[in-house]
Amino acid sequence: MKKNSYKLGPDSDGNFGLFGGRYVAETLMPLIIELEKAYSDALNDPNFRKEINQFSKDYIGRESPLYFAERLTSYLKGAKIYFKRDELNHTGSHKINNCIGQILLAKRMNKNRIIAETGAGQHGVAVATVCARFGYECVIYMGKKDIERQKSNVFKIKLLGGKIVPVDSGNGTLKDAMNEALRDWVANVENTYYLIGTAAGPHPYPTMVRDFQSVIGEEAKKQILEKENVLPDALVACIGGGSNALGLFYPFLDDDVDMYGVEAAGLGLSGNDHAASLAKGSPGVLHGNRTYLLQNTDGQIREGHSISAGLDYPGIGPEHSWLNDQGRVNYVSSADDEALNAFEICSKYEGIIPALEPSHALAFVFKLAKKMKKDQIIIVNLCGRGDKDIETVANYLGVDV
Amino acid sequence: MVTRISKTFDELKLNSQTGLITYLTAGFPNQELCLDIINVLSRSGSDLIEIGMPFSDPMAEGPIIQQSSKMSLDNGHTMELTFDLIKKFRNKNITTPIILMGYYNPIYQYGNDNFIKRCLDYGVDGLIVVDLPPEHDSELCDLTIDIDLDFIRLATPTTDKKRLNIVLNKSSGFLYYVSIMGITGTKEPNLDILKEQIIKLKKETDIPIGVGFGIKRPDQAQKISEFSDAIVVGSSLIEKIMKNYQNNKEDLVLSEVSEYIKSLKAVI
Repeated sequence: MKKNSYKLGPDSDGNFGLFGGRYVAETLMPLIIELEKAYSDALNDPNFRKEINQFSKDYIGRESPLYFAERLTSYLKGAKIYFKRDELNHTGSHKINNCIGQILLAKRMNKNRIIAETGAGQHGVAVATVCARFGYECVIYMGKKDIERQKSNVFKIKLLGGKIVPVDSGNGTLKDAMNEALRDWVANVENTYYLIGTAAGPHPYPTMVRDFQSVIGEEAKKQILEKENVLPDALVACIGGGSNALGLFYPFLDDDVDMYGVEAAGLGLSGNDHAASLAKGSPGVLHGNRTYLLQNTDGQIREGHSISAGLDYPGIGPEHSWLNDQGRVNYVSSADDEALNAFEICSKYEGIIPALEPSHALAFVFKLAKKMKKDQIIIVNLCGRGDKDIETVANYLGVDV
Repeated sequence: MVTRISKTFDELKLNSQTGLITYLTAGFPNQELCLDIINVLSRSGSDLIEIGMPFSDPMAEGPIIQQSSKMSLDNGHTMELTFDLIKKFRNKNITTPIILMGYYNPIYQYGNDNFIKRCLDYGVDGLIVVDLPPEHDSELCDLTIDIDLDFIRLATPTTDKKRLNIVLNKSSGFLYYVSIMGITGTKEPNLDILKEQIIKLKKETDIPIGVGFGIKRPDQAQKISEFSDAIVVGSSLIEKIMKNYQNNKEDLVLSEVSEYIKSLKAVI
């Protein structure tokens, strides 16, 4: 890769330096290669882009606003804070951007059965939504523990015609749901499309998901130039697998802009109850790619913990691992209690109830903004709304809903 | 290079026999009993033995092998203990080929060079790494080219002719044909289609072909043995061990394993 750009990856084998690749069973290889070809054909077809743009506008409701959080800015007495409001998208998070892209690809490939994994249920809802829209069969794998803590999303998925398969193998969380989805895929390759929700998995998924999410950063760039006539000083986004962060960061990678990816520090980085793969993990191979993972010395994968079901994946997208090692993006973390505090303050000062995932990003913004000058600008990706988390937060605060 | 694996297949061919390959998860149901079972497997007629390296996320396995891996890991199993098992087996048996089967991450964390050195030191004869396709040959497969360690690959119903050439390139020992689209121990293969697929494969390669995934009964084994060089049983064996072990009938584990292996070996 040329040193003068951070946007040239991956190479033709799907590697971002040491990270990425295609570590899958042989049964899946022909399909992965077919998918790569279908995606590259789609990119060369102007109609594909046109169709995505149409759905983005009329169905998702893009572009999403770039909003100056004036009261939060004066409360923090530091840099100007802008919210990229992807929580206003149809289905309530950034996940739908990727789902529209991939469902249109599945259509081109004549696959009419869609499977997906989901943790918090936001991706599951987005997948069930596009399946309903296109009339495709929809099967969502979800860990048993996650089903319990995300009841409203489970109901939404069913309402949208999706079938939920509870996963109790392993520990019954997102990584196990992903294992089950891969097992389903191996057994049903002929008619099934696996719609991965984050910028991870075997090549070409990390690239594809990044591309479909880059609309976030492209819009933000145009919008901030319109409003402030300068590029922002810093971008902040939370990281589970990292798709919303990559979507915001990617269009700015070659610009003079600081970037902060915020992992979940859970109960603190000193113990094992966190999901900070970059801060506390090491490179390994899982779910089709090499990336930073939470694992023991014997290569067994550990469970991640976070109050946010969308951040507790024990890995991270491979491009983030590469950007981390390149030193291009700063990876930091926020703990459960910091995220809850940010959740409450954002609700009170801006009238916007954020999801617990971007609350982690906000918690870091609270620290960062104070250190910056008043004429500097931060854009934070408000990638999801908090409706789904009301019960979790109420429980934590000891309130009956 | 003549490895124990190719020697075994040569002898089987000479005697017009089909090979029996058995799979057992290392450390299952516990470390001691696991070694006893491996010894019984070889004594009862298993021509080759696959030892599964347990992994927390075994993506190609059905519920039975998943559970066996989890039990082993919950008991504190490590890669070091897998090697320890092989070392002890080799103290008494220097003829039965041992194949290590599993996923890449535990190998990668052990260190690829280190892992291969250990394999050679302890008498491992072949490797099957489920999630390491030919696209990643430079990482591990290429390190085995000039040494007595076979790199065994999988071909599947989704493998077309073009892909087969890629799979066969650098394949050694035998070709493991996955008889179904799916995970271990779930569906049963359609024997007519399977036969056609194996005949097609045989036209493309001289390497022995072992057929696995979904084989459990002697009648299936017998039919598949008519057109393949070896059959692989895993989940059904693990299931029998699991049932007796969980019912606290440890004494029955070894005798049932022996009986089962003999019943398969007798008809192939």
